[in-house]
Amino acid sequence: MSIPADLKYTPSHEWVRVEADGTLTVGITHHAQDLLGDMVFIENPAAGRTLAKGEECAVVESVKAASDVYAPVAGEVIAANADVEASPESVNQDAYAAWMFKMKPANPADVSGLLDAAAYQKLVESEAH
Amino acid sequence: MLKQTPLNATHRELGAKMVDFGGWDMPVNYGSQIEEHHAVRSGCGLFDVSHMLPLDIKGANVRAFLRRLVANNVDKLQVSGKALYSCMLNEAGGVIDDLIIYFMDESWFRLVVNAGTAEKDLAWMEKCNADWGMGLTLTPRRDLAMIAIQGPDATQALNEALPGVDQITAALKPFNAAAMGEMFIARTGYTGEDGFEVMVLAKSAPFFWKALMEAGGKPIGLGARDTLRLEAGMNLYGQDMDETTSPLESGLAWTVDLKTERDFVGRAALEKSEVTKQLTGLLLLDKGVLRSHQKVHTKNGDGEITSGTFSPTMQQSIALARLPLGIAPGEEVEVEIRDKKLKAKVVKYPFVRNGKVLI
Repeated sequence: MSIPADLKYTPSHEWVRVEADGTLTVGITHHAQDLLGDMVFIENPAAGRTLAKGEECAVVESVKAASDVYAPVAGEVIAANADVEASPESVNQDAYAAWMFKMKPANPADVSGLLDAAAYQKLVESEAH
Repeated sequence: MLKQTPLNATHRELGAKMVDFGGWDMPVNYGSQIEEHHAVRSGCGLFDVSHMLPLDIKGANVRAFLRRLVANNVDKLQVSGKALYSCMLNEAGGVIDDLIIYFMDESWFRLVVNAGTAEKDLAWMEKCNADWGMGLTLTPRRDLAMIAIQGPDATQALNEALPGVDQITAALKPFNAAAMGEMFIARTGYTGEDGFEVMVLAKSAPFFWKALMEAGGKPIGLGARDTLRLEAGMNLYGQDMDETTSPLESGLAWTVDLKTERDFVGRAALEKSEVTKQLTGLLLLDKGVLRSHQKVHTKNGDGEITSGTFSPTMQQSIALARLPLGIAPGEEVEVEIRDKKLKAKVVKYPFVRNGKVLI
């Protein structure tokens, strides 16, 4: 199970990297891509879109199923990764390199409400039972 | 407690991802579903289909029983080993199940029915057997395992795994089967490729599976089984048809024999019914993935996708959809996906046969 210690996580299986400038980079976890299987379609939110915490903002579809991606905190989308839309399989190859979008949090303190690696690990283990 | 096939431990040893498939603990993939899909189109894939139920029906009146029980005409079966695909209908003309019937001799026919419908099917057949005074013996064969060997290299793999079988595989035509003791070899499948479905005693299944792998067969999960059958334009029970749908509106008119005078369950209802819908193929022109239950807008009214997926062979999303009559191949329709309306083209299916794209 691959859960990098330097990232933050959500209970809905997004990973979040807090960059030096306070912006957030968001993707789906290794565990999420493993559950979904081979990715074939990804749709990211457009830059400039304002997101509420927990809002459905992106879609990942594997051969098997479609799944929503939720905003980890409130904020504004500042970039979307066109490369993962062009090559959805990159999420299967390395879920933490294949980021989906970057956002500027409305309130930087909200980030402290996300799960750390240990808490996310526990969540994944509890779902397995 | 999930039901297990005789190959359950084998799948786990191979690292399969197991899922609850209608109460059965089955492999959905052994790694990448897409790679498994391509392995079947270009080489040879192995499928554990032991969750499906072989059912032997024996007695003097088997043929008369089946003439009345199913919508296709078992009188097409005159040579031992010949197979027939048919629907079994209820009195309202809805589909109880779709199944394959093998003619062995005049006192023995073998049926293979779907896993999820097996108990319901058996109860219905026993009721008909009693009501019609047929006096037949119905024996579910849970002592058998069933392995599908599919792909252009299927014959080679089976010949190598089972020394001596080459004379049978050389002679066996599509939709025919041969029995050798408890072993039963049918040239059938659910992928659109050449191949076999082989029944063996449950206890022999793990060894046979390993021999097939040694011979080049790749284990294939239920995930790829679904994309393969959809590319091949084959119906899936419970999705493309069920007890509430007519076979005539499910792309299965070719399996319903209305030419002869034979009376069968559901015939009267079918003949009274007005056919207003058709099953068509769809090809998504925009980006996205078609899925079952998405709404389809056409110039003649709305329809619905019954099965949809991403086609690994075509690298495009495809679907089967139940649309109003009068919508012809080549026409464009709109599919509602989340909050969008995406363009799709109506096409004739199958989409892929024997490794070749037909669209």
